[in-house]
Amino acid sequence: MKPRVATAWLGGCSGCHMSFLDLDERLIELAEKIDLVYSPIADVKEFPENVDVTLVEGAVANSENEEMAHIIRKNSRIVIAFGDCATTGNVTAMRNSFPLAEVQNRSYIDLADKNPRIPDEYVTIAQLLKTAKPLHEIIKVDVWLHGCPPTADQIWFAISELLQGKIPVLPPAYLRYG
Amino acid sequence: MSVITFIIDDEHYSAKEGDTILQVTRDNKIHIPTLCYLDGLSTFGACRLCVVEIEGSPKLFPACTTKPTEGMIVRTKTDRLKRYRRMIVELLASEGNHQCAVCVVNGHCELQNLAYEVGLDHVRFPYLFPHKSLDATHKEFVMDRNRCVLCTRCVRVCHEVEGAHVWDIAGRGINCEIIADLNQPWGTSESCTSCGKCVRVCPTGALFEKGASIGEMQKERGFIKFIVNARNKSEWVHTAHEEE
Ligand code: SF4
Ligand code: SF4
Ligand code: SF4
Ligand code: FES
Repeated sequence: MKPRVATAWLGGCSGCHMSFLDLDERLIELAEKIDLVYSPIADVKEFPENVDVTLVEGAVANSENEEMAHIIRKNSRIVIAFGDCATTGNVTAMRNSFPLAEVQNRSYIDLADKNPRIPDEYVTIAQLLKTAKPLHEIIKVDVWLHGCPPTADQIWFAISELLQGKIPVLPPAYLRYG
Repeated sequence: MSVITFIIDDEHYSAKEGDTILQVTRDNKIHIPTLCYLDGLSTFGACRLCVVEIEGSPKLFPACTTKPTEGMIVRTKTDRLKRYRRMIVELLASEGNHQCAVCVVNGHCELQNLAYEVGLDHVRFPYLFPHKSLDATHKEFVMDRNRCVLCTRCVRVCHEVEGAHVWDIAGRGINCEIIADLNQPWGTSESCTSCGKCVRVCPTGALFEKGASIGEMQKERGFIKFIVNARNKSEWVHTAHEEE
């Protein structure tokens, strides 16, 4: 059976996923070797059970991200923090040094063109957490891929190692923030 | 002048009286990570990245302020030292606000390089995300306290080399901050000559030139040693650049 791989998109800009697509022709090779069981680029609604590896982009910024992070951990053997936002909070966490109410006022009231209103529990969008957090502050993480975004080569290296049943230990050249 | 013979990582070395352990390691191309130390400025011994072990003592000693004695046995690369150095970088990272992806010195930053050196794949301490100010009132330069690691290089260079003494440290412990003059906007400082020395010695993106965009700010730090040498010894020569 092929390894079951998932990718998830939490509080990030999707840049890490774009970098994943930068694997270019290697994607074809990958498609033959793995089953992509869940991803923003696959039309699957629920995060499945029994996943071998999940790459998680983005910080944990809201209630939905948090719930998702726990589901991912429960259902995945290996969890990879995918990119700087998942690893450090990065840009997603830049709001953290301001009180949440100030951040919300700025985005939903001061800068609103129409209908200024701060989303509350009666609005069906996820509630922001008080601070956005790196993934490992919420769930156990097994591997960190750095960079904003990680390069396609770095992603390829990590995936190739995983496909050989190894937990990737990234060579120092791949340890690059920013 | 008397010469001291001592041991670093199982090899024998000699030091001139008054040399620190760090000077001897640098002269002999032994790498010890440093952050607050800068050739040409007074030693401050604050960052503790340069810690070494000395046989016979359970304590760790900063190589930049410790002088060797005859027969001393120094170790610079033990697992314990590596563990502590990584922890120091983790604390520095978690106490500031560092978003390398949008930082002016991305790719040319001493803190980043230290993170790579200690293999910092993630920070195990909770990030504090402190509320820090950014002062863009100076006509040429910006002070972004989010990126400051409190190495005090700016304080020392402005006082010791430029002679203006614009910068000081205010507050205590984790609330320490670098302030201009009497804790006022930099742009209103009457003592600042706008020489730019503080900007050039700052190891991080805390001090930078206006107009620099992401990754554009590169620093040059060897000039301090050149100036100090010229002043003290009337030798107008560029000595071999210190490692950065
Ligand atoms: S100062 Fe260095 S470590 Fe901090 S954000 Fe800038 S590049 Fe990253
Ligand atoms: S620009 Fe020169 S005088 Fe002004 S604060 Fe920096 S070192 Fe001091
Ligand atoms: S502003 Fe730069 S040089 Fe000054 S203490 Fe902070 S990090 Fe060091
Ligand atoms: S370099 Fe020695 S304590 Fe900072």
